[in-house]
Amino acid sequence: MKITDDVPSTLTALDRPNSYIGRSVPRPNLARLTQGRGHYVTDVTLPRMAHVAYVRSPHAHARIVRIDTTAAKKMPGVIAAVTGPELAKVITPWVGVLTHLKGLKSAPQSAIAIDRACWQGEAVCAVVARTRAEAEDACALVQVDYEELPTVTDPETALDAATHVIHADLGDNLCFERSLDVGTVDAAFAGSDAVVETTFVFGRHTGVTNEPRAIVADWNPGEQRLTVYHGTQAPHMMQNLFAKHLGLEESQVRVLTKDVGGSFGIKVHTYADEMAVVALSKLLKRPVKFVADRIESFVTDIHARDHRVKAKIGVMNDGTITAFEIDDLTGIGPYSVYPRTSGIEANQIVNLTGGPYACPNYRAHTRVVFQNKNVMCQYRAVGHPIACAVTEGLVELAAAKIGMDPLDIRRKNLIADNAYPTGSASGLKFEALSHHASLDKLVKMMDHDALRAEQTALRHKGIYRGIGFASFIEVTNPSAAFYGVGGAKISAQDGCTIKLDAQGAIVCHTGVTEQGQGAEAVIAQVAASAFGVAIERVRVITGDTDNTPYGGGTWASRAAGIGGEAAWQAGKALRQNVLAVAGSILQAKPETLDIRDSQVVDAGTGKERIGLDEVARIAYFRPDTLPPGFQAELMATRHYVPRAFPFSFTNGIQASYLEVDTDSGFVKLLKHWCVEDCGTVINPQLVDEQVRGGVVQGIGAALYEQCVYDERGQMLNGNMADYLVPMASEMPDIQCGHVVSPTADSELGAKGAGEAGTAGAPACVMNAINDALRPLGAAPLTDMPFTPGKILRALGRVS
Amino acid sequence: MSSLQCDITLTVNGETIRETVEARKTLVDFLRDDLGLTGSHVGCEHGFCGACTVRLNGVIVRGCLTLAVQCDGAKVETIEGLSDTGECADLQTAFETRNALQCGFCTPGMLLTAQELLASDRVPSREAIREHLSGNYCRCTGYHAIVDAVEAVAKARAGSGT
Ligand code: FES
Ligand code: FES
Repeated sequence: MKITDDVPSTLTALDRPNSYIGRSVPRPNLARLTQGRGHYVTDVTLPRMAHVAYVRSPHAHARIVRIDTTAAKKMPGVIAAVTGPELAKVITPWVGVLTHLKGLKSAPQSAIAIDRACWQGEAVCAVVARTRAEAEDACALVQVDYEELPTVTDPETALDAATHVIHADLGDNLCFERSLDVGTVDAAFAGSDAVVETTFVFGRHTGVTNEPRAIVADWNPGEQRLTVYHGTQAPHMMQNLFAKHLGLEESQVRVLTKDVGGSFGIKVHTYADEMAVVALSKLLKRPVKFVADRIESFVTDIHARDHRVKAKIGVMNDGTITAFEIDDLTGIGPYSVYPRTSGIEANQIVNLTGGPYACPNYRAHTRVVFQNKNVMCQYRAVGHPIACAVTEGLVELAAAKIGMDPLDIRRKNLIADNAYPTGSASGLKFEALSHHASLDKLVKMMDHDALRAEQTALRHKGIYRGIGFASFIEVTNPSAAFYGVGGAKISAQDGCTIKLDAQGAIVCHTGVTEQGQGAEAVIAQVAASAFGVAIERVRVITGDTDNTPYGGGTWASRAAGIGGEAAWQAGKALRQNVLAVAGSILQAKPETLDIRDSQVVDAGTGKERIGLDEVARIAYFRPDTLPPGFQAELMATRHYVPRAFPFSFTNGIQASYLEVDTDSGFVKLLKHWCVEDCGTVINPQLVDEQVRGGVVQGIGAALYEQCVYDERGQMLNGNMADYLVPMASEMPDIQCGHVVSPTADSELGAKGAGEAGTAGAPACVMNAINDALRPLGAAPLTDMPFTPGKILRALGRVS
Repeated sequence: MSSLQCDITLTVNGETIRETVEARKTLVDFLRDDLGLTGSHVGCEHGFCGACTVRLNGVIVRGCLTLAVQCDGAKVETIEGLSDTGECADLQTAFETRNALQCGFCTPGMLLTAQELLASDRVPSREAIREHLSGNYCRCTGYHAIVDAVEAVAKARAGSGT
């Protein structure tokens, strides 16, 4: 079997003897998972543990007139039936706003709805019982009288004067609005040889993590402490929020996150039904477990995208892009999600559109409105798939209009590789990107000219294949600019503590978390390299607020770039400390020594002087033999946060090759390529697998996935038979390549890689479909997902 | 809702088990909740995701669509059993080396399904592998690495003549 090729390290600072940087070492600890010995929250059971099930509103908007739990409480196994007002005595409500998103407003949200349900699926009553089955049995007997209220579902009319205002106190249904006008947009359009204008639509979809959301909360009145086993990306953030809303000190809350069955941004938010679990545990003084079943997941896991973007591009006949303009509208459900808010996706679309191109004229407007559907919030690649599809869709439509090759228009307009540092019209700062090098590499990888020739030849036989591209940029390694400056207690910095054990192995405690992406492996590789041991001598501890340095966890592609740098610095610091001990044992200057493969050696000659096991033995058990006044420090902690740039942008380009069956409207994906530049590649195989998984999530958005709602706010396809997800047989092989432009903000130089695939895939699949159908005169498809029905309509085969 | 209880006797990973179960209890809930065999996962409870895949009398089934009472007298095998016997150790190693799992939630089901394919079709094409695995949902990997791992093991097994 071929493991993805190793990429040689490009930085001398990382060029330590036996370095693991740039090597595709397998992740430690995977055998647990292949043997079925993982420890997911769904697997957790505790003594006296009870299970909660929720009665959920069948209406999108309704007043709760009366709840009668009498019959439910008499059911076998039932411990409690708790309504919103009862639970509100234990837990306070929250409002999802950030001060740096100016004007963003929302209404207080409670753990269980108090007097009104605002979306279909909102919990209105909790039933706690000995087993989940008994809790569900009793839920069926809870009597709820509702009075239906007018529903707001269509974002286009949400702000009309005639439309019902969901939260009267807010005055209208507007959550957030932002405008930007840079350069001379009107003059640029007026002077353009061609202008293309169209509307892009993005289907509302969701994460469908294979393990649903799960939480076990255990309030121990004897200790006055709450222990929460939580499938989350951000344990410290949740520790803060549980404490804050239960009226506890953070020191009274411990959040434990072991194996998580997929997250992708779904598990980085505050969910009312999870907040209710911690409150129920406090109320009932015993462990309470909640696992969302798949039907609940579809109507409560955050949804994302669901944007309508009117967009316009101006271009000269020589291909020069003159201006971009967008008008974005999105409906985010009845509440802005706490604490990250539901304004970020729209804000990112404004920031990112046009981002890869050197075009000074840009106008953008976005409105985020409330509606009576499930809440929307940040999901893998937040805003990027939309901004990228709008930008790249416009660029290829403009190229077609002036008769230019889609790669040539990019070559003409992509920011030059030697132009950095520079910025975008929207104000983003770019440290070092490689659009042109990436494009050149992609063209070689895909054997572009041969593919075009094949496409042309097949067209003569009535076979319609398309090639589509998408250049992209991706936000990674966020500083406090993302959330901290807006007042949210979401840590941008992260830490790593490394200690030498008594046999000379090391243990790393890190604030970043493992969601399957390989964070533990990356930390182990970095620590092993920085300190000087084989990776088998490294153990990594994550996901425990009692035992890891304070940190942000895993989101916005930050674990490797930020957590990795902290581990690098901690490894170096511990090496210095250990060399100080070795120096005093050996009567040598520490700076003449190094650690290589668990041995203290002469730095110059590599000659072995003393083993780490011996250093540890002396330091821990015979410190009396060390010089008077010398104290060995065999544990080191370092923290890191990016400071020079608010974000570390990555870039890349994807291509899709596909075939459209013009009789059935089905799309067959033949091959997909992605070249991306995430700076220093710590583990090529892990980066490639992040890209591949991300690409397939993006393909899901382009072709299959959509939460379908009717006009009354009822989700119509909330199950895995009706909501289509990508499966193995429809997915193509995906070839990955790399260009390496390290960030100078850290020694490691690593940027994030977790979201690039999802950012670019929908755009290039869209462009490939339109490329395939262009000779048939089909109207360009810009309304995702591109179902067979939409394709047949574009071809005029059905009306 | 029902409280009908049934006595069942079955073999699970070679051990004889006698239990009383509710008639409505699914096989995967029985394995996980009553026997503590948490290697089989529950992703959808409606037969779509394949995370609950186990072997019943030698054939893979959905543990969420099978009732525990249907397994009276049956032979059930789970990922824990296959791991202990080493039956698919090469496949497990290939998954680990090729990073054919990220979160690992789909992996036990994937492994049982792949093992069945390899037992019946010695060196399947990549398309045949994709087709056979297409009842097992993986949100993390994009499937490419899984196909690589299964393909590599198929070739290795054919090459070594086992
Ligand atoms: S849990 Fe059985 S198929 Fe999903
Ligand atoms: S590895 Fe996460 S679902 Fe497959």
